[in-house]
Amino acid sequence: MSRQTLQSAQRRADSATLLEVRDLRTHFRSPRGLVRAVDGVTFSLARGKALGVVGESGSGKTVLSRSIMGLLPKRTTVRSGEVIFEGLDISNYGAKQMRDLWGTEMSMIFQDPMTSLNPVVKVGRQITESLTQRLDLPKDQAIDTARKLLGDVGIPEPSRRLNEYPYQLSGGMRQRIAIAVALACGPTLLFADEPTTALDVTVQAQILDLLDEQRRDRNMAMILVTHDLGVVAGRTDEIAVMYAGKLVEKAPTRALFANMKMPYTEALLRSIPKMEDPSHTRLQVIGGRPPDLISPPPGCRFAPRCPYAQERCRVEEPPLVEAETPDHFYACWYPVGSPEWANAQDRLNTVANVGGGA
Amino acid sequence: MAGTGTAHLHAPEEAMLRVENLTMEFPVGRTGLKVHAVSGISFDVLPGETLGLVGESGCGKSTTGKALIQLPAPTSGSVRFDGQELSGLKGEGIRKLRTSMQMIFQDPISSLNPRRKVRDIVAEPLHIWNIGTQDERRKRVDEVLETVGIDPNNADRRPHQFSGGQCQRISIARALVIEPKLLICDEPVSALDVSVQAQVLNLLEDLKAKYGLTMIFIAHDLAVVKNVSDRVCVMYLGKVCEVARSDDLYARPAHPYTSRLLTSIPVPDPNIKPDPSLRIQGELPSPMAPPSGCRFRTRCPFAQEKCAAEEPQLRDIGLGHYVACHFPLVGAGSASEA
Repeated sequence: MSRQTLQSAQRRADSATLLEVRDLRTHFRSPRGLVRAVDGVTFSLARGKALGVVGESGSGKTVLSRSIMGLLPKRTTVRSGEVIFEGLDISNYGAKQMRDLWGTEMSMIFQDPMTSLNPVVKVGRQITESLTQRLDLPKDQAIDTARKLLGDVGIPEPSRRLNEYPYQLSGGMRQRIAIAVALACGPTLLFADEPTTALDVTVQAQILDLLDEQRRDRNMAMILVTHDLGVVAGRTDEIAVMYAGKLVEKAPTRALFANMKMPYTEALLRSIPKMEDPSHTRLQVIGGRPPDLISPPPGCRFAPRCPYAQERCRVEEPPLVEAETPDHFYACWYPVGSPEWANAQDRLNTVANVGGGA
Repeated sequence: MAGTGTAHLHAPEEAMLRVENLTMEFPVGRTGLKVHAVSGISFDVLPGETLGLVGESGCGKSTTGKALIQLPAPTSGSVRFDGQELSGLKGEGIRKLRTSMQMIFQDPISSLNPRRKVRDIVAEPLHIWNIGTQDERRKRVDEVLETVGIDPNNADRRPHQFSGGQCQRISIARALVIEPKLLICDEPVSALDVSVQAQVLNLLEDLKAKYGLTMIFIAHDLAVVKNVSDRVCVMYLGKVCEVARSDDLYARPAHPYTSRLLTSIPVPDPNIKPDPSLRIQGELPSPMAPPSGCRFRTRCPFAQEKCAAEEPQLRDIGLGHYVACHFPLVGAGSASEA
């Protein structure tokens, strides 16, 4: 049912779909059993749009992007579902076929710019490598392109930097180089997996601005994976919230912030310290931890940590349904704002008041 | 920015910790060059207060934190803790001192010994100082673990069996088990998820109330620092830019650097569009050859000749708000007086 509603909505949406993922499941074999890292995720992404994928550690957001890009070890990964890219079913592509897409069609930047670049290869060669191999550019032309790319990603003195090694650059500079490498062959889809988590706030802002600007200039779609709702708020068209391998809410960014349906999304937002609150304001926390993905709880996977959970939540899994606003989907029996949710909240408040008075 | 000066310090007898002209330099191989990590900073912490130290990577905030517990001892300057001068202390004196000043670090997993049981890790300080009998120690460890939210029944496990947030709780338990007066937290939540970060921040607030702790909270995230701190000290390239009560600092940042730092924070509101024109441009200058005068001038949109010639001193702009800038953004008459 969840798939039907999502798909029908997608058919209504524009035909400029770049990526379509249907019921993607990515499980890993482990000595203790199958780890259900991604467990039935369906979504689509239009050309040139930015999608934010948000969730805590272990929610499956990184595995989702790597699974789409075919970067997971074949031996231990069990994958099912469909991945349609540019109208092409790439679900069963092997490494060799995927390699034709990497760089030219889809590329990825990673969290840690210290380890994602080769430490013993000069920056210039790391960029020209894909240009000469994939695009068959002659060497001098590749170097010119690399120089221009470095300028695009905001690196001063590009000619000098081409001959430097990664260790000679700061973290922010390295992330800019990693972005240049990813953009070199003009991909139509860029995965940015926590691209700023290892960086300072000031550098983070610069890198996010840069990604935004390059995405617009190149009409490239982007999937921005992060645990911080603040990072995706001003910079994405849509947001998908993941929890324990499932997509639990997906909506256009503004609609999501205006009207969060899933208690998990709301809790994530509330746990961020806000600048406008006075100091020593008590933060709202999500109690407990994400579930074990080898044997996730029955019913709604968030139920054990959800303050509003009722009997039904622990038994029956909520489907992804459409909200009153278009393109807004959520998987919750008693979403924020429903009468049952309001009752549960009243009860919680009473308990809190009694507890506080005692 | 970034000036020197001690105008913002309280009277020596009021403060629990008083740092004056702290300088930390590291030689670079045999080149004769030096990294000027911290260059003459001064600040103090009142009993029961939480002081936030903020700044980008490379501003010297962690070096400062470590210099306080003499790890290593600063190149020059004075650190007074509870009226006792620490900078000349050696060996046993320093060891004794560290029982009352404890530190927790950024990466909770690598700061715990992976081969030892959590119970032994937390009991180690008691063991070293030979505090209590075996039974008493066991009781004390259980009690502290309980306080930080770790089930003492799991104390026979090893660190890898806990999550990052839980490991940070264990580090906190280890720091608190010998009842320090001052807790120095060096980026305690920056390796954690937002949801876990909130739990640890709340925990630190609870512990502060319960044990009457004084804290120094070092972080690069201004929103996090604001949440836990009473006063905030903003650092840039080894100097202090601005010191103020935390609510005041956020309401009216006076230093151009502070103001830019504030606008860099991603706001969880899609209606506030990020504005790239407000970014701090360029890269941090090399701490081996810091700029003359105000160290922020090379990246400051308001920099003038005076900023290169003369180092600004920290001065009062009212309500205990101090700024080291020739042309601060707030504070009547400050620009004209120059």
